[in-house]
Amino acid sequence: MTTQHHLDDATLLRYASGDLDSAFTMVVAAHLAMCDKCRKAARDAEEIGGHMMDHVAQAPVSDDAFERMMARLDSGADEQIEVDLPKKSAPDSDVPLPLRALIGDHMDDVRWRLVAPGVRKYEIQQGKKGESSLYMLNISPGMAVPEHGHGGAEMTLILSGAYRDKLGVFGPGDVADLDEDIEHQPIVEPGEACICLVATEAPTRFKDLIVRLMQPFVRI
Amino acid sequence: IGTADDPTLLKQAMVRVAEVQDRESFQFLFSYFAPRVKAVLLKAGSNESQAEDLMQDVMMTVWRKAKLYAPDRGSVNAWVFTVARNARIDLLRRASSRPYDDVYEIEMESDVASGEDEMFATERAERVSEALSELPEEQRQIIELGFIEDMSQSEIAEKLGLPLGTVKSRMRLAYGKMKSKLEAVR
Ligand SMILES: [Zn+2]
Ligand SMILES: [Zn+2]
Repeated sequence: MTTQHHLDDATLLRYASGDLDSAFTMVVAAHLAMCDKCRKAARDAEEIGGHMMDHVAQAPVSDDAFERMMARLDSGADEQIEVDLPKKSAPDSDVPLPLRALIGDHMDDVRWRLVAPGVRKYEIQQGKKGESSLYMLNISPGMAVPEHGHGGAEMTLILSGAYRDKLGVFGPGDVADLDEDIEHQPIVEPGEACICLVATEAPTRFKDLIVRLMQPFVRI
Repeated sequence: IGTADDPTLLKQAMVRVAEVQDRESFQFLFSYFAPRVKAVLLKAGSNESQAEDLMQDVMMTVWRKAKLYAPDRGSVNAWVFTVARNARIDLLRRASSRPYDDVYEIEMESDVASGEDEMFATERAERVSEALSELPEEQRQIIELGFIEDMSQSEIAEKLGLPLGTVKSRMRLAYGKMKSKLEAVR
């Protein structure tokens, strides 16, 4: 399956400039691991940083700056690293590399918690005050993700399976990079559970009353 | 030294640092980049002594990871920028730049270097410069605040008294212009 849905241009710039917080950076990095096109685009965006830094008004460094550097080199503490790094990664891993440090090498290892019928969740980073949260969802075929208006930006990367909403079908590698003003109702496609990685900027605001009543323990 | 307007000089110096740990070449890179890296760190909010120390760390990383610089992936400038960006994320934000390192590793594994790509990388850096120098001031300013002053989109919006949506759309416009220039060479 080829990736249909990519990162927003503004997101690529924020990634390159380092403006995204850790939750969103992780989703972007995981998408980049799955998408050549956005990886190239991210490199283009980093070229902007190179250009801007090149044209900045230079700040004088201390007179002995280079001597200090050489002293550090001579102390031998900072050897050059070898370029052929040993592969950190398990070759049979089905988890995008950036995510492995957080959930392990295999999707099967994820310890899901049932939060509603057909909806499992694994919390990676709980959004404390003002921070984004990062979590994974595992939703059974045919199930709807409860309707919600976004309290903030939301980014969802499909790792396996697929869902459909008014924006189209989202399959493995696709990312839904959504502003706070977009509302949608994703429904998981038949056949296979949909596993996705989600970063949200603020707690999701549920519209539907029943769903709202469920929110305290559903906590999607 | 220190006025390497010719990007091939920087590239050559990087290669010599990577391959034979040539200190003269490193000194050349240091004199070029240290004042720029420090300037960026100051603008991003560190104080004088923090910026000096962090600059030392950034330049040390440039030395240590010189072999990871791949000329077919971008300019030396862009690479040093990313090293400085990651250092700033690690230190100033007390967060980890690890996802960036992982993406870099993926790049190292996935793309095979070729002479053609290297030419393209040079061309790309030129096109990006061209596009940026042609941007209207209102777009350029937003790019600069984001990339150099380390301001978030919402901080930029607040500083300029603009709605967040306007900041985003100007960013997209700026990037779109650059993209169309790049597509012309691809
Ligand atoms: Zn993509
Ligand atoms: Zn949503």
